Amino acid sequence: MSQTTAQDPHHIDVKEFHSRARAAIADPKIRQNFRKAMDGLMVKRQDAFEGWDLEALRDLGANIRLRALANLPDLLEALETKLTANGIRVHWAIDSDEACRIVRDICIARDAKTVIKGKSMVSEEMELNHYLKDQGIEALESDLGEYIVQLAGETPSHIIMPAIHKNTAEISELLHEKTGTDLSNDVEYLTAAARLQLREKFMNADVGVSGVNFAVAETGTLCLVENEGNGRMTTTVPPCHIAVTGIEKVVGNLEDVAPLLALLTRSATGQHITTYFNMISSPRKPNELDGPEEVHLVLVDNGRSSIYQDDELLDTLRCIRCGACMNHCPVYTRVGGHAYGTTYPGPIGKILMPHLIGLDEGQHLPTASSLCGACGEVCPVKIPIPDLLVRLRQESVDGDKLNPAKVRGHGAKRNALEALVWKGWSWMHARPGVYRFGTAVAARLRNLQPGRLGGWTKYRTAPKLAAKTLHERMKERGQ
Amino acid sequence: MADPIKVYPAKPSHVYFYATCLIDMFYPDAGMAGIQLLEREGIKVSFPKDQTCCGQPAYTSGYHDEARAVAKAQLDLFPEDWPIVVPSGSCGGMIRKHYPGLFKNTDQEAQAAGIAARTWELTDFLLNACHIKLEDLGAPTTIAMHTSCSARREMGVAEVGPKLLGQLQNVNLVEQVRAEECCGFGGTFAVRHPEISGAMVSEKVDTLTNTGAEAFVTTDCGCLMNIAGYAEKNQKPLTGQHILSFLWQRTSAGNGDKS
Repeated sequence: MSQTTAQDPHHIDVKEFHSRARAAIADPKIRQNFRKAMDGLMVKRQDAFEGWDLEALRDLGANIRLRALANLPDLLEALETKLTANGIRVHWAIDSDEACRIVRDICIARDAKTVIKGKSMVSEEMELNHYLKDQGIEALESDLGEYIVQLAGETPSHIIMPAIHKNTAEISELLHEKTGTDLSNDVEYLTAAARLQLREKFMNADVGVSGVNFAVAETGTLCLVENEGNGRMTTTVPPCHIAVTGIEKVVGNLEDVAPLLALLTRSATGQHITTYFNMISSPRKPNELDGPEEVHLVLVDNGRSSIYQDDELLDTLRCIRCGACMNHCPVYTRVGGHAYGTTYPGPIGKILMPHLIGLDEGQHLPTASSLCGACGEVCPVKIPIPDLLVRLRQESVDGDKLNPAKVRGHGAKRNALEALVWKGWSWMHARPGVYRFGTAVAARLRNLQPGRLGGWTKYRTAPKLAAKTLHERMKERGQ
Repeated sequence: MADPIKVYPAKPSHVYFYATCLIDMFYPDAGMAGIQLLEREGIKVSFPKDQTCCGQPAYTSGYHDEARAVAKAQLDLFPEDWPIVVPSGSCGGMIRKHYPGLFKNTDQEAQAAGIAARTWELTDFLLNACHIKLEDLGAPTTIAMHTSCSARREMGVAEVGPKLLGQLQNVNLVEQVRAEECCGFGGTFAVRHPEISGAMVSEKVDTLTNTGAEAFVTTDCGCLMNIAGYAEKNQKPLTGQHILSFLWQRTSAGNGDKS
């Protein structure tokens, strides 16, 4: 097991980002696994959009999400009405705890002991498996990546590819150790073995839990994107299906789904379409042969409605969870998903998690970016991620009196010394005479310049001050 | 993000030159090169002597009050309606993309927006407003180019550097793998997260070195300081220059400038 996953995944101190990142960077296997995977995903995405007017499609995607968010309260009510009319029971959860309790209560009412799960990041956010285990209910992941991560006692390191931090040999060893399969580098064999193990679980599970990619208000349809068929099994084989999702996943109309789906699969895995696309609109009807007797939707807030209150931060909620931002992030590629210590890693995690866990707990997340902008450039719904990172940096130091900070835990990173340094810096640079004098003096004293500059000179030489500033040279020129 | 459509001004008689603090203190030769390239195009260059810094270091660190105070001191430096040219995608991006937001709901809102709209990254301005034609006077050489992330993504000038270098007939421009990936500078990021930044710059130096290029050029002094500083410390056979220094040296007879 790698160093980054050595801790209990349920008691991670997000503030320990630095030490986890250092450990990941020093781990050649982590570096290699992520670099190789991300390089491949970037090429696949690019190829998948070949021949498309990507900018026009991204504009369309962004506008669909913006329109849905602008009408979010109304759409949620419309969704509830339509789903209820279709026979799907709707539950509202203010936070993870309430969402977990709702799932538990449904399980208890059905005397359910085993739950089979399709992939759901919201259920990761809720730490649902952990909660159900404490309640004596076994929850088994059926997405292959999630299954691997669960067997390893880890958390997902990527929102689309949960086990991307492991290579085939590591997975083979894990399956061998935990399930008795043969050691093999044959991906087909390993997949078939896991499939066989899971098939039995599907047949015996009392409840299926899945996520939702898009919830359509107009028709009361829950859309689920997946590749392995486990999502369809989860939502149709057990007698009860519980879908869990964030309140932001609602869209107005069925026609909104096509462009978002086109963007989602291409951005995520470079696929034109996934192998399965499930549209769930009701429990089994009297004349139907399959499908669950009961279908529930748990709509989870968990901090989202407070994000919704701010016109700028609101853009965070546009996300359709494709993971392209992490695939293209040079920081994520170096440190991997576990270093962040959060449910959602990478750029989207850096702008979303501070709202979920507080900016005090998540204070290092917005700083762990060179603001290169690759995330914003590939985001299929044009979330201005770099701008939101800067906004959260401002919030974490209470850095703007004109626009007072409002995110929970704001100001936690402000310290007196750093604030004083910036005040001094600002004082000097707002006074041209002082600046010219100071920089000219520094140029004269350049041979006294320190050779060591903290973290900078650990990897690089110190930049050398020029003998004369450009200001001085222009003055000599008579300008 | 880059403008969907950029409308370049006609070649003007005057411009303001906004040097940036890194060029002022560490790379003044690159600044002089930029000024001389503009002057050779017949443009009068005004260098406002009260210029200091665009305010970006404080801005990206979250200290927006401090950034605004410094930025405010720059706003009155450009009274004429001339274009403002900046030899940096990063500082140019700060002014063009972030000044309007920084001064939103303040008395300077309109002034900041006006300045933002006439701020140009210098190589972009030379190519697309001045329509510069370069004549190469140098010996054959092979170089690589690193376009800064802000030049590429905020100012949308990724194609400009290669086009300018393409005019130099004795210069063989080679492209490194993952050319569009960040070098790991990121301002205070390099100091706050030294190991991550170090991992990024080490790979950038490797990809640049693997091209077989003798040197690299870049649009931004932050990247230059980072990449060349790593190569020097780790004794890699790679040196770097600001693209403006390189262009001026290649095209001016008897120029001894080194930067």
